[in-house]
Amino acid sequence: MANIARIARRTFLVGAGAIAAGLAVGTYLYKRDPANPLLKDLPEGAHALNPYVRIDATGITLITPRADLGQGAYSVQAALIAEELDLAWGQFKVEPGPPSAAYYNGLVMAESFPIAATAENFMARTGRGAADVMGKMLGLQVTGGSSTVPDAFDRLRVAGSVARQLLLAAAAQQSGVPVAQLKTADGHVLLPDGERLPYTALAADAGKLTPPSEVRLKPASEWRLLGKPMPRLDIAAKSTGTATYGIDLRFPGMVYATVRTNPRRGGGVKQFDGKKAAAARGVLKVLPITGGVGVIADNTWRAFQAANLLDIEWGAAPYPLTTEAMFKQAADSFTDEHRNSRQKDEGDVDATFKSAEAGKVFQAEYRVPYLAHAPLEPMNAVVQLKDGRLDIWTGTQIPRFVVVGAAAVSGVADDSVHVHVQIMGGSFGRRLEDDYVRQAVELAKAHQGVPIKMTWSREEDMTHDFPRPLAIARARGLTSKGQVHAYDLSIAAQSVSASQLGRQGQPAMGPDMAIIAGAWDQPFAIPHYRITGYKVPEMVPVSSWRSVGASGNGFLHECFLDELIHSAGADPLAERIRLCSHEPSKRVLQAVGELSGWGKPLPSGSGRGLAFTLSFGVPVAEVVEVTATPKGIRIDKAFVVAEVGQVLDPVNLEAQLSGAVIWGLSHAMLGELTYADGAPQETNFHAYQSLRMYQTPQVVTKALQTTGQIKGVGEPGVPPAAPALANAIFAATGKRIRELPLRRHVDFI
Amino acid sequence: MKLTVNGKPQEIGVEPEMPLLWVLRDELGITGPKYGCGMAQCGACTVHVDGTAIRSCVTPVGSVQGAVTTIEGLGQPEALHAVQRAWIEHQVAQCGYCQSGQIMTAAAFLAAQPNPTDEQIDQAMSGNLCRCGTYPRIRQAVKTAAAHLKGA
Repeated sequence: MANIARIARRTFLVGAGAIAAGLAVGTYLYKRDPANPLLKDLPEGAHALNPYVRIDATGITLITPRADLGQGAYSVQAALIAEELDLAWGQFKVEPGPPSAAYYNGLVMAESFPIAATAENFMARTGRGAADVMGKMLGLQVTGGSSTVPDAFDRLRVAGSVARQLLLAAAAQQSGVPVAQLKTADGHVLLPDGERLPYTALAADAGKLTPPSEVRLKPASEWRLLGKPMPRLDIAAKSTGTATYGIDLRFPGMVYATVRTNPRRGGGVKQFDGKKAAAARGVLKVLPITGGVGVIADNTWRAFQAANLLDIEWGAAPYPLTTEAMFKQAADSFTDEHRNSRQKDEGDVDATFKSAEAGKVFQAEYRVPYLAHAPLEPMNAVVQLKDGRLDIWTGTQIPRFVVVGAAAVSGVADDSVHVHVQIMGGSFGRRLEDDYVRQAVELAKAHQGVPIKMTWSREEDMTHDFPRPLAIARARGLTSKGQVHAYDLSIAAQSVSASQLGRQGQPAMGPDMAIIAGAWDQPFAIPHYRITGYKVPEMVPVSSWRSVGASGNGFLHECFLDELIHSAGADPLAERIRLCSHEPSKRVLQAVGELSGWGKPLPSGSGRGLAFTLSFGVPVAEVVEVTATPKGIRIDKAFVVAEVGQVLDPVNLEAQLSGAVIWGLSHAMLGELTYADGAPQETNFHAYQSLRMYQTPQVVTKALQTTGQIKGVGEPGVPPAAPALANAIFAATGKRIRELPLRRHVDFI
Repeated sequence: MKLTVNGKPQEIGVEPEMPLLWVLRDELGITGPKYGCGMAQCGACTVHVDGTAIRSCVTPVGSVQGAVTTIEGLGQPEALHAVQRAWIEHQVAQCGYCQSGQIMTAAAFLAAQPNPTDEQIDQAMSGNLCRCGTYPRIRQAVKTAAAHLKGA
């Protein structure tokens, strides 16, 4: 039995004795369970056995509160519940459920704490417990930080198990057969005589019973669903055009809208003339909104056309106007005043460099650019304000923040705001912001009584992202006797945490770990090793982009390490393994060596590059093979190994790892958002280019499961891709490229 | 204006310069074809006109001469087209937003080229963008679909 205390710490089932150790403050609030949100507005004849399981006469609905951005979150959450509830795969519906504190994320805060993933001491455990408490007290219902699977792993299995026990108890009452003689399978309780009682017939009685205080979760050896390939629940719909995204919704009486706001974020509108737009065919209303102008029409294209007729005089950008000026602001931030963190400081870096022989110290400067999220489905929301009730249908990773923001904009009370979360045509972190929803609410407030579908044009989307921040790294290093001896990396970047939390009215506490993520906590025992973060004053407002700080820092950290290893005359794989101080990471490095055939000769003109980044608690090593051809660099193959603790669905895991590698390669080769006069210059996919199929290598993936600590894999595959590619280009051509995108320095086939 | 979509005649009263995509989506409620870029860069809006794959986001509805087929007309969950079946077998979709267009491009390509080489597949599919990076599975699914179509 059990382990109820550990499990309860992360569930809604907090009962006697289940408290996180060492946390006196807020224990009362923490212990108190948030209410089951399904009990409010429960349909006639339906029974909610807990916040995750609703059953009525027609069937079973599982609530999957983490949003599906394409990563398969609905399917994996459903599988966790269905495994313990003994449902057949697909024998249920899934719903995201309402925004609720009950669906708090207990892990997403942990990434912002200065706790290395490799640390397992008392302070580290206490700190992670604090992240859980904060997530619960704030009711943070957030999808992000590769936290869906590790956060849900215990909680949703417990939810399934508790619901199953209630159904068993109800069956025992009805049949008079003791629970010990009952079994469950495929949504039924099985009686010894072969009779099958469907859960749908037991739910009413089960709902009246007290939930058990102990549960026994199945060991992995008894799993029917988990650990095996499960066809995604959305796969048929997404292959037949029948999946409905937010942008596809249609309601009777619905009107269509778009907006244009200042691409110089925060610059505002000086004045505008909307007469031509208002006179265009199909236009119902032209109105000022915060930072721009909205157009409501009877068709999205007509709204787009009319928006292009708007004559708007924009205000100036409240930040440096050009990419060059922005990099200068970053370069000027390597000062004591802007020093934000020094979480890694091993040995004596300053003394080591001071006593080094003249000319032996390696120095280099690295740069990464601003990057757009650019999910293929542009930002959109359907909003209706009618009789004091506000309904919002949209794709979002932060439904509770959406409620608060929409309430503030509309003046409607929080509990009259109803958010209906939709599946998303990609996000990559973009929908951790709610700017587009607030705009739609402004339109709805001015045009009440009917649903309004607001859609951004691609141009609006590209020029109003909250991009991944640019960064500069200054590195110094020293080798000794064929080994890496000293490594000193300083990174200057804007604070994603301050920018993002600031927009939600939340303070960012302590140093911003995103500035140094993927660099400060790498498991290498270099004798003199220091990582310093410098916070660049806010320029363009920035946000979380798939793998956040590590997305650029993997490149900064791993390319310079590669330079040092080459200058020491060492082998990139052997030297990293020698330096590695964390056994799971070492196994990942060894495995990628075997998988890629590291060390086997390649034809002349070809080369292999290796990179390793530990992010979101997942050590990932990648090897990229390239060939320099007369037409440019061709990527031949990519290999990726990740330690994930436990694989829940090997097919989806392969999709996430391979997709992350391709995302990383794509942006390393091609991606950059540049600015002139304060506005992004890449307005559509002709300029903001992505990898196409003919350039995409075969990606060979392997997951290790040696730690038993389950992890999420949506992001950790991204950071090593760029440095592995740059290091491969060096191996093939001798050319060391120290800035992204690589196409500034080499042609690709 | 008259238009035949998925075998059904439609009467529409819009300006002829309105792109076919927005006629399908906002006037007829056919939302399988997606808006991604509006300038023929991403391929999410791909539909067939008399079997030829076109970018409906830059095709004025007034210029459409022929029967329009969208992903919904290619096949349905209970009656899948061979390409859709292959897409499901390979679990291609992640966010899925580009996949209507990918599938329509692949279906038109395979109808014209039943025995494609790897290079031909790469060339044919490279006009369709996938931000999730499902390309390796798309490549496999096109090959499987070619085999299905030959077997049918």
